[in-house]
Amino acid sequence: MSEEFSGYKGEALKAIKKAEAEIGDIIRITNNSEAYEGILIPRSEYGDERHIILKLKSGYNIGVRITSSTKIEKIGKGAKPTFKPPPLVKQIAELPKVAIISTGGTIASRVDYRTGAVRPALTASDLYSVVPELATIAQIDAQILFSLFSENITPKHWTQIAEFVAKQITDDVEGVVIAHGTDTLGYTAAALSFALQNLPVPVILVGSQRSADRPSSDAATNLIGAVTAAAKAPFAEVALAMHETPSDTAIAIHRGTKVRKCHTSRRDTFKSINTTPIARIQDQKITMLTEDYKKRDSKRKLALKPAFDEKVALIKFYPGMNPTIINWHIENGYKGIILEGTGLGHVSKYCFDAIKNAVNSNIIVAMTSQCIWGRINMNVYDSGRDLLALGVIPLEDILPETATVKLMWIFGQTNDIAEVKKLLKTNIASEFSQRTFSEET
Amino acid sequence: MEIDYKTLGLKVGLEIHQQLDTSAKLFCNCKPELFKEEPEITFLRRLRPTQSELGQIDPAAYFEFQKGTKILYEANRTTSCLVEMDEEPPHPLNMEAVEIALTAALMMKAKPIDQIHIMRKTVIDGSNTTGFQRTCVIALKGQIKVGEKTIPIEHISLEEDAARKTGEDENNIIRYRIDRLGIPLIEIATAPVINSPKEAGEAALAIGTILRATGKVKRGLGTIRQDINISIPNGALIEIKGLQELELLPLVVEYEVQRQLNLIKISEELKKNRAKETEIKEEFFDVTNIFKQTKCKVIRKALDKNQQVLAVKLPRFKGFLKRELMPNFRLGTEIADRARFWGKVGGIFHTDEMPAYGITAEEVEQLKKNLNAEENDAIVFVADTLENAKDALKAVVARAREAIKGVPEETRAPNPEGTTSYMRPRPGAARMYPETDIPPTQITEEYIKKIRQFLPELPEQKFERLIKEYKLNQKLARQILDSEYSELFETIVKEISVSPTTVAAFLTETLKALRRDGIEADKVSDNQIREIFKSVGNGELMKEAVQDVFIWLSKHEDATLKEAITELGLTTISEDEVKTIVEKVITENKGLIQERRENSFGVLMGIIMKSSRGKINPALASKILKERLEELLK
Ligand SMILES: [Zn+2]
Repeated sequence: MSEEFSGYKGEALKAIKKAEAEIGDIIRITNNSEAYEGILIPRSEYGDERHIILKLKSGYNIGVRITSSTKIEKIGKGAKPTFKPPPLVKQIAELPKVAIISTGGTIASRVDYRTGAVRPALTASDLYSVVPELATIAQIDAQILFSLFSENITPKHWTQIAEFVAKQITDDVEGVVIAHGTDTLGYTAAALSFALQNLPVPVILVGSQRSADRPSSDAATNLIGAVTAAAKAPFAEVALAMHETPSDTAIAIHRGTKVRKCHTSRRDTFKSINTTPIARIQDQKITMLTEDYKKRDSKRKLALKPAFDEKVALIKFYPGMNPTIINWHIENGYKGIILEGTGLGHVSKYCFDAIKNAVNSNIIVAMTSQCIWGRINMNVYDSGRDLLALGVIPLEDILPETATVKLMWIFGQTNDIAEVKKLLKTNIASEFSQRTFSEET
Repeated sequence: MEIDYKTLGLKVGLEIHQQLDTSAKLFCNCKPELFKEEPEITFLRRLRPTQSELGQIDPAAYFEFQKGTKILYEANRTTSCLVEMDEEPPHPLNMEAVEIALTAALMMKAKPIDQIHIMRKTVIDGSNTTGFQRTCVIALKGQIKVGEKTIPIEHISLEEDAARKTGEDENNIIRYRIDRLGIPLIEIATAPVINSPKEAGEAALAIGTILRATGKVKRGLGTIRQDINISIPNGALIEIKGLQELELLPLVVEYEVQRQLNLIKISEELKKNRAKETEIKEEFFDVTNIFKQTKCKVIRKALDKNQQVLAVKLPRFKGFLKRELMPNFRLGTEIADRARFWGKVGGIFHTDEMPAYGITAEEVEQLKKNLNAEENDAIVFVADTLENAKDALKAVVARAREAIKGVPEETRAPNPEGTTSYMRPRPGAARMYPETDIPPTQITEEYIKKIRQFLPELPEQKFERLIKEYKLNQKLARQILDSEYSELFETIVKEISVSPTTVAAFLTETLKALRRDGIEADKVSDNQIREIFKSVGNGELMKEAVQDVFIWLSKHEDATLKEAITELGLTTISEDEVKTIVEKVITENKGLIQERRENSFGVLMGIIMKSSRGKINPALASKILKERLEELLK
């Protein structure tokens, strides 16, 4: 029953229960001499215990304060909203097959204007009805893997996603699209880049910065871009499709290991770091921006390596950082530490002992830069040279986040320290670029 | 013919939108101003109609979307940030705006609600970057007095103003400027109980006066906009959106009643003629061949672009298309508006107005023959691309069918003469859902108590005070109260010693007359008006020259008052110089003064005025001369 009251608590819940009213019913609330009539609306996330939300006849919601003298009467039963979906779109048999996997972060949804509830559209027919353009690009098979906010995705979920994608690929699809919340989308992209090797078809991650219920949402445009890439792109890599600019004009395709969320709210939040995006999609046309990519080849055999080991930490150095933070990781059984150092790859001298301890305890310690852009070089200053001497492994121009994911993945494959070190320095999924150009900032 | 509106059953409701004069926008910290310069930032968007659980989609919006309409937004850094671009979530509700809205609400005896919930009202014509307008109810159940009648105020809301349309390019791109987006608007909605055009005007004026009494609303054209809901029995509920000129309101209501009455009459006659909806078919004839040699420029141009002429038959409609609905507005005009909206065509031709526009009687005959038209049928034709022409004629057919039924429900836009044109179909039920990015705002009793304590004086109290304090007559007091200048008036007469009646008359009657003559009075700032009267007060400017100076300033926007006075050759001689001249004239006419004593004043004034060729302020000169003579003759 409590779910019927969608979030109401305390005084408000008591009053509603007493009136035997349910969400969607028409009720009258009388406070002293003032009476309000309207539809009982579920409490919003911000709601408090002393207000009941009513939808007035005019369509507006208001919060009515509940006091001990408040009277609530149910004056009408709520009509259940009926949704008549548009006729099913015909799948065009000649079109390439694309599998869409939802992990959360709704890429399509519809609004129940009666109660204000936003419901995700997840099935293929839902997607077609909300984004009808999809039917002209591909035959879609939509599946829900989980419904998680992206901040709740862990390495265990990466494993599940990778295994699920692998299953789709053996099913003769031309490409896979994964819908995912944007906050940790970059990490998942990197994880899949290592877990899904030797891909025959593209695997495209997609998200949206403006929720799908609003007419201005970037979700549909991003999804169309992602499905286009999955269906037709000439490359077979893990990549991410999002807005290139604040305009709805073009979708940039970023390589999974080189992409980072760089803005809290803008549509073009994802940027390729230290490289250019691999492709751009405009008006459903794909333009490759690099010649350096793995070509699509349906005969290629996928190598699935989905294991990750979470005993890896990403530690950002800052002035005044207490080196016991590093010691804590040693004591707690961590196998690897990625340092986010300053500038070209430095940490202060007062951390050296802790780092030495870590290395002596057979913990992998590797260096990246907190500058976001650029390549580290630990040969320029003393401090860098000292760190190298301590056994810290320099990681070129890799993103700190990608380095962390990669090290988790490596420990998922092997615990042989020499092998780990070798893999860490090997360019497995284009996580390192050999050369950086001036426009790639 | 005088219409008895009450017997007719006219019902009018008003929704008045007024921009508030806050220091920042409603949901961000941008300046609530417009910019004239070229935009610094542009971006291109599409808005996608979202489906409601009820499966409702705004038909006009969906149509635009299917046509692939894109919106090019223009912005600059002073007036918009990422919030207006829909690239950042809204900031919390601007409490300065809430306070102004609550002040107005309390002045209308409305009941503030306990907790404000922001709603998203779906609007996907491009005027909102988000695809919805943020709006919230602040208070309910107020009232205003119009004469002896009490008009209930249903609700008072606060909402963000929309972006303003700056153009429409080819290739389906509409341009909007987002400077106006997010400026706080108060919306006052009356119950539909207004029964005559006159009463509508009075109700709007009463609401406007209360809003201005808060002292915190913007002024000038475009800062106040009214939506009018009009219905008569057997007619339809028509919404007229965005009327900016208050003076036009009674006329707009009058014309709308006329239009509905005429449409009802046409419908009755069509039925009598046995016109049937089912007989109007979406059967379009390609009649391009008939016009191969045409002298009609519009068709010629279309054919040169390889476009088509498409025609449709309206059985038993002959003569009806030229029937007038409002002054200079026929049923044909109404149908053409629909064709323009849905087909994006320039216009339509119909046989009721033929032969004309270079189309010959032979061509019309040929047309009738091709379409197999009977004597009492009308034919509508249009020259454009096949797609546009088809869409246009579909709209023509739909509108003609509605003419048989009566008055179609729709949203209309006002024209400068008071008539209205088709704007779009009426959107379905208000599609509002909660704005989840902004927490609800509590309105506590203490907060209301505080606002109530500092409530501005009510218009009627102010009216009495204006008469008592400034000795204005009733008419002038009423005029200044109803004008936008009542505050400025008081500022001026409090700080400058000029006749309040002069200032009041200028701010009301004179400005009204100037506006009527096409002078853009809003281009002169309050400060400039104050300066003008300051100059009058200290004798630098003559009362009679105020109007000329004002007109000059309205035409030279960035110029100063000094420049106006110099340019107009109105420089008066300063008080010190006047004193010197008076002294000189006295010395030169000692004998005369001895002889005629006080009676020499007239002659001396004549000499003084002549010597300065009118550049002396006579009031000032006369004052100084009088003082000096009195001294001398003591
Ligand atoms: Zn802003």
